[in-house]
Amino acid sequence: MAADQLSAVFGALADPTRRAILARLAEGDANVAELATPFEMSQPAISRHLKVLERAGLISRRRRATARLSHLEAQPLREATAWLARYRAYWDESYDRLDALLAELQDKRDEPDEPDEEDERTG
Amino acid sequence: MATTAKTQIIADPGVQRIVITRAFAAPRDLVYRAYTDPELLVQWLGPRRLTLTVERLDVRDGGTWRYIHRDSDGTEAGFHGVFHGTPSPDNMVRTFEYEGAPGHVSLETATFEERDGKTLVRTNAVFQSVEDRDAMIQSGMESGVNEGMERLDELLARMAAAS
Repeated sequence: MAADQLSAVFGALADPTRRAILARLAEGDANVAELATPFEMSQPAISRHLKVLERAGLISRRRRATARLSHLEAQPLREATAWLARYRAYWDESYDRLDALLAELQDKRDEPDEPDEEDERTG
Repeated sequence: MATTAKTQIIADPGVQRIVITRAFAAPRDLVYRAYTDPELLVQWLGPRRLTLTVERLDVRDGGTWRYIHRDSDGTEAGFHGVFHGTPSPDNMVRTFEYEGAPGHVSLETATFEERDGKTLVRTNAVFQSVEDRDAMIQSGMESGVNEGMERLDELLARMAAAS
């Protein structure tokens, strides 16, 4: 994904109303009136959010009879998630390993003079 | 929105910075040692499938450091930099450069804060440009790995944490 589009995707996702709209569209296509219902917001305000989402490539819009339906486009979201996922995976795994190392070091610290089990058994 | 991720990574769009925050169940002197003692560092930094070699880790004002990640094919990725100011758990400042992109340097500040027996490590990395920051994230610190965490709720949770 180009850096510009990635910025547009993250910019679009930075707003809680727009995230809620995407969550609603994950359940199925909807028109502006349906999208406005859960929010205390006018339809023009919702339309402005839809324009931002459309520019970021996160939704597409099409007409059906008199209604204009919004449709979730999943691919840019997948790419945006994958973008951070590799970096996140690096740190998640490193820090999980550090958790284990710190636990091991603290065990040793707590029991400095205790002989290990095998010595006890054989001795 | 709830997130179960233990590591918080904030990378706001259009900002040349990454902030990574993580709590560890250990006193801060021990966590700091794990960051500054090469014998300990090689036991945790990076994914298990990569071997870490610490060529230098001279933890003092002006001291240099160099790490190499090596995968099973022998592919290497080197990183190096310089410590600035006397490093301590309150303030560990260093430069960071991936040797695959010489001249693109970031400035890292790490702090280790003890709270209720836990240690909060916060790493703030500032890059020369948004493009450099994005390239670092895109590289994932290594090549060819995709852990496949392609889940919408995780992305949204991170965005919620960042906003």
